[in-house]
Amino acid sequence: MLRKVKDVFSSLMLVELLKGMALTGRYFFARKITVQFPEERTPMSPRFRGLHALRRYPNGEERCIACKLCEAVCPAMAITIESEQREDNTRRTTRYDIDLTKCIFCGMCEESCPVDSIVETRIFDYHGEQRGDLLYTKQMLLAVGDKYEAQIAADRTEDAKFR
Amino acid sequence: MMESLQALFGSSWPVVWTLAKIVAIVLPLMIAIAYLTLAERKVIGYMQVRIGPNRVGYFGLLQPLADGIKLLMKEIIVPTASNKGLFLLGPVLAIAPAFAAWAVVPFDATLVLADIDAGLLYILAMTSVAVYGVIIAGWASNSKYAFLGSLRSAAQIVSYEIAMGFALVGVLMSANSLNLGKIVTAQAGGFWHWYWLPLFPLFIVYFISAVAETNRAPFDVAEGESEIVAGFHVEYSGMAFAVFFLAEYANIWLVCMLAALMFLGGWLSPVPFLPDSILWLFLKVGFLVFCFLWFRATFPRYRYDQIMRLGWKVFIPITLVWIIVVGAMMQTPWAYLFH
Amino acid sequence: MIFQDFVFYTLAAILLIAGLRVITARNPVHAALFLVLAFFTAAGIWLLLEAEFLAIALVLVYVGAVMVLFLFVVMMLDINLDRLREGFWSYLPIAAVVGVLMAVEMALVLSGRYFIEAAAPVAKPAGYSNTAELGRVLYTDYLLPFELAAVLLLVAIVAAIALTLRERKDSKFIDPAAQVQVKRNDRVRMVSMPSYTEPEAEQAQQELKP
Repeated sequence: MLRKVKDVFSSLMLVELLKGMALTGRYFFARKITVQFPEERTPMSPRFRGLHALRRYPNGEERCIACKLCEAVCPAMAITIESEQREDNTRRTTRYDIDLTKCIFCGMCEESCPVDSIVETRIFDYHGEQRGDLLYTKQMLLAVGDKYEAQIAADRTEDAKFR
Repeated sequence: MMESLQALFGSSWPVVWTLAKIVAIVLPLMIAIAYLTLAERKVIGYMQVRIGPNRVGYFGLLQPLADGIKLLMKEIIVPTASNKGLFLLGPVLAIAPAFAAWAVVPFDATLVLADIDAGLLYILAMTSVAVYGVIIAGWASNSKYAFLGSLRSAAQIVSYEIAMGFALVGVLMSANSLNLGKIVTAQAGGFWHWYWLPLFPLFIVYFISAVAETNRAPFDVAEGESEIVAGFHVEYSGMAFAVFFLAEYANIWLVCMLAALMFLGGWLSPVPFLPDSILWLFLKVGFLVFCFLWFRATFPRYRYDQIMRLGWKVFIPITLVWIIVVGAMMQTPWAYLFH
Repeated sequence: MIFQDFVFYTLAAILLIAGLRVITARNPVHAALFLVLAFFTAAGIWLLLEAEFLAIALVLVYVGAVMVLFLFVVMMLDINLDRLREGFWSYLPIAAVVGVLMAVEMALVLSGRYFIEAAAPVAKPAGYSNTAELGRVLYTDYLLPFELAAVLLLVAIVAAIALTLRERKDSKFIDPAAQVQVKRNDRVRMVSMPSYTEPEAEQAQQELKP
């Protein structure tokens, strides 16, 4: 009975509501945790799986030997490869397309690659302005690889001891 | 200056002068509404340990302008199955009373557009007309969600209007007047003479009812995005939607202005050594508006049957009891509290 | 005066058109909204007569509350207009007789000697409050009728609730009042449990430690 009276009184005095408001009121002055994205970035793992790239050997020869393991393992079937024999009797790709609108960034292509050719980089803020812009061809992937080779190589060496 | 203008307009001078005064009220009000939207996003952001909009202009100060331009550019889509005339009339009916009510709001002892005797009643009438915008919009949209939203809103506003009206009855009993300016001057004498003290329960009931009246969180079941998408304005786009938005924020300013005038002494200074000034009024209104944002950042949405219970079974009895208490108190030596 | 006449005739015209549309509008929601318009313009005309309290009370009570509830009901109706119009012609003669009778009665009343043409309202002195005067009259000269009307309304409210309130046995009614009173301790029992690990597991952990 007495408890009931107390409950009614405290609900009339809005005790619980004021407690809640005190909590939000405290957070009003708390330090903000927002990361101002383009200027500030959160730390990123060397294993980050972003935009794909095709790598080359230091002598400029492309690594990919068109074994098509990545094409076979890709769960989203985003990779399309065509190959032919080159004059020096090595097998090379004539076509290496990744449809980034299909890709789920699982990283299996990278895992399966025997020559560390297809890799996923740290780049995640790319975009396409029209239909087809996100269908990356061999030339585009090689260009990404050439541009970020230093970062890609550094990430692989850092992660090498865990592989 | 004044005389030359008067000569220029001749017999149409009173009309021109009144129009100028209306613009002088509405223009700052529009700016206040625009910046309330920014303040809301900022305050709620801060309470959620975020920063809020800060890209458009310094500290995000041009954000309301950017939002306004965006909404102006957008297409107003009129649903095929809707009742076109009423569909477009809805936003108009929502915003017109929200602005019309400001005609009788005094900002200072002399600064008032229309100093009418039944000012309080006029404002009550205007706020009760505002519900038509919501009802018509919900019905004319010919959409289930919109219709449910408008029904909820109508029932809620009608219920809370009663509690709100009773709370105001206490005020006009104490002040012996329906004129807002006279209500403020009746509270003269510093912080402890304002009506929030003798009418404390009515003040609380009024303020909570005001939150419900304006369909704000935690009473925003009319919009209830988790169950009825956006309620009555689900079919509105572009400027038609923006008008509903403006009306909501204009109503927030209005009810806070009323609370400041009737319970917090309006432009009166809380301490004797500082002069009365319009700045006090803005300070009080600003604090009450901040409370609206604070509520929204704090409380989860009420369930509908609990809203109805609170309105009918809690607020109305409290106000009725306190009106009787006030009437009894006025017959005792404590009557000085009211004058 | 010219301006006031102009305002009066404009408002009167709107009022008449709105009143006519209330009974001719096909859609009941439109009819209800025209009724709102009629109340609103009537309030405007009362304002012209310097009866501002009555005018605002009309808007407040009829427009703000009564018509909202009307609309509330009318909006939810799904009326088949053709069904409604069935038998219109067979009822017409009776309706016409009743209508004409009412018109004649109204004409008799209005042309009677009780309705002398009222003089234009005299301008009131400054500081005159229509509301205060009305209140004074209502609570002194007309106290008894006023209280009787109030009691009558109260009886009507109680009767309406008593007639319609039926508690069904099988309804799964929940009481929000009881729900909001629930405290945490009514539903949750805090149990103090000392942490405990199997001896074997503890031993294994000890061995693992270097």
